[in-house]
Amino acid sequence: MAKRYLYIWFPYLLTDWISVKRPAVKNTCFVFTAPIHGRITITSVNAIAQQQGITKGMALADARAVVPDIGVFDEKPDRVKKLLKKLGEWSIRFAPIVAIDGNDGILLETSGCAHLWGGEASYLAAILDKLNILGYTCKGAISCTIGTSWAIARFGKNCLIVPPQKEPEFLLQLPPQALRLEVIVVERLQKLGLNTINKFIQMPKSVLRRRFGSGILLRLGQALGTEDETITPIVVVPPYEERLSCLEPIRTAPGIEIAIKKLLEMLCSRLNTEGLGVRNALLKCYRVDGKIVKAEIGTSRSTSKTEHLLKLFALKIPGIEPKLGIELFTLEATKVELVNLFQEKLWNGSPGLQDKNLAELLDRIAGKLPGASIRRYLPQAHYWPERSIRPSISLAEPSQMQWRNDRPRPIQLLNKPEAIDVTAPIPDYPPMNFRYKGKLHLVNKADGPERIEREWWIDSGEHRDYYIIEDEKGKRYWLFRSGHYGQESTQWFIHGFFA
Amino acid sequence: MKGAKNDIVRQLQEKILAMQGFASAAQTIGGSLGIGPLESAFPNSTFPLGVIHEFLCSSNEQAAASEGFIAGLLSRFIQQGSVCIWISRSGKLFPSSLNQFCIEPDKVVFISLQTNREILWAMEEALKCEGLAAVIAELPEIDFAQSRRLQLATEKSRVTGFVLRNAIAKKGATACTARWQVSHLPSEPGDLPGVGYPRWQVDLLKVRNGQPGSFQIEWLEDRFMPVITKEYFIRDMERAV
Repeated sequence: MAKRYLYIWFPYLLTDWISVKRPAVKNTCFVFTAPIHGRITITSVNAIAQQQGITKGMALADARAVVPDIGVFDEKPDRVKKLLKKLGEWSIRFAPIVAIDGNDGILLETSGCAHLWGGEASYLAAILDKLNILGYTCKGAISCTIGTSWAIARFGKNCLIVPPQKEPEFLLQLPPQALRLEVIVVERLQKLGLNTINKFIQMPKSVLRRRFGSGILLRLGQALGTEDETITPIVVVPPYEERLSCLEPIRTAPGIEIAIKKLLEMLCSRLNTEGLGVRNALLKCYRVDGKIVKAEIGTSRSTSKTEHLLKLFALKIPGIEPKLGIELFTLEATKVELVNLFQEKLWNGSPGLQDKNLAELLDRIAGKLPGASIRRYLPQAHYWPERSIRPSISLAEPSQMQWRNDRPRPIQLLNKPEAIDVTAPIPDYPPMNFRYKGKLHLVNKADGPERIEREWWIDSGEHRDYYIIEDEKGKRYWLFRSGHYGQESTQWFIHGFFA
Repeated sequence: MKGAKNDIVRQLQEKILAMQGFASAAQTIGGSLGIGPLESAFPNSTFPLGVIHEFLCSSNEQAAASEGFIAGLLSRFIQQGSVCIWISRSGKLFPSSLNQFCIEPDKVVFISLQTNREILWAMEEALKCEGLAAVIAELPEIDFAQSRRLQLATEKSRVTGFVLRNAIAKKGATACTARWQVSHLPSEPGDLPGVGYPRWQVDLLKVRNGQPGSFQIEWLEDRFMPVITKEYFIRDMERAV
């Protein structure tokens, strides 16, 4: 299928923009200026100023002579580019590939998009209408080449949609400027009386090249489709993306859910054929008012199951604010991985950590409760209690070493040891009693000490002498003395509770 | 005639029990828990799985004792390699210690959450997930409706749930099958110095269709052992006579 390009030309981009921003100036004569070569030169004019004969490149002083009360705005560098980029991003709702052209146009690759709006004519009308409502004057044209679209948008008179293979007919009556030629070449052509393209299109290529350079052949070829031309899209289309445009703006939660389901079905069937699964997915909802609402999900294992992904997105639906309605949904798999396929089991054993249901459950919890920390711990080769375990990277990560069982460890370990007051009359003996949270506990039985040295290559400080203490009621605690007995810096701490 | 009637009543009762999550003696998997006197408190003398058990803990120490007891219970009935989910607010549980209760600590997934609502939601979702061995949650408070939801979830999936209630302002009725209170008992190291095996006073405050009671239990060499103190021994003897 031939590619189709839509070129939208904004003749008064900057002045339209300020008219939207400040409606007061809308019906006055004003220009944008910038200092060029030490002169204040006009860079943009609005329609009214143009009717008065003021053009781009004129000095401001000359324009003042024509219209004494002309309004003047300073042009800031990059404003035009930013404006075009914004308009380009806005128009992604009509076609996935959008590029910026020069200072006054955007280019959309519309192949396979127009039928969603019921044909190219209504497609073009819909886009231009919306831009007009936004306050921009614009002209657009659709053809099979970028060059022809560019030419027709600027110089075309009535018919702005060029059927495939009909480019030459539409180009013939246009002036040579329509070919995006250099100014010198255009002047030379006009000097020779070649005022329209049909006057030189039949000339031999060698003649044209000799007289006007190879640029004219390239531009002519690009307009006719014999030379290739590439565009640089402002947003690169991600490899795994699906789009769903809606006939009417969607405003209800069930509607959004149906849209997400359709997108997921499209995405998953494609991922399935490639043996891939989603790890991260991003849903973008393009709203009627021009805003984009995003919702992102992540999974703990790559999956291409529609139902599971839909469940994860369903948790996000309450956060999607449709306001006046959503007209386009795009779903992008931002991270994909190979799916680990498991053989179906004949009987229902205990699949343990490989269980698909478990992974899905954890995804749901992480999706619904962003504050949740979901961890699995593995042993680490350290004696220091805080460092003896580490969170595992994934659900399936195997343990590199055995869990130690030789020393009793408390079932509850305080995140930070709490300082306590003790009575410890004999060195290297457990204390007689201790006071924790204002309550005195008499030590009845005790085990210890178990000395754990600080790992000097990691941090510095005192060693710990741990005691297992049982008080008069049978409650068991894990206490330690930091440092040697009788020193100034020695302090007792409680670090845990035994079962 | 009367015998036949009794038979029918017994069969119906068994059916009802099965619906409520109490397996009949023939259906239990993996044998008994090895706590003879404790198990006799339950209907059919079987520790019920696939139901919600609630534990009252008024202090940190009691919570630690309950956690130890639950870990011991888990080790009796979970199969090799199956996974537990432990939901908490504080995240104080020290995984290394579970090894002493014969549970592989890397087969436990710890979820740390902030609010009561979040914990309840996560627990219900987890209970609906078949294939888990058990779900343990530390909850400050639970009311009847919430516990009923959990119970319904567990009846479908047959996953056993444990709720540790650590802020017991009011002990309202809940839909949980059993209500426990576990507290420490002084250990008996025998003639040796130091601290002995963990020993608990296990109070079964409420149990549906069962007989509440009070038990002394010790965790001895990877299994539960009823504590036989002198006083108990004498009482048992008297009863026997």
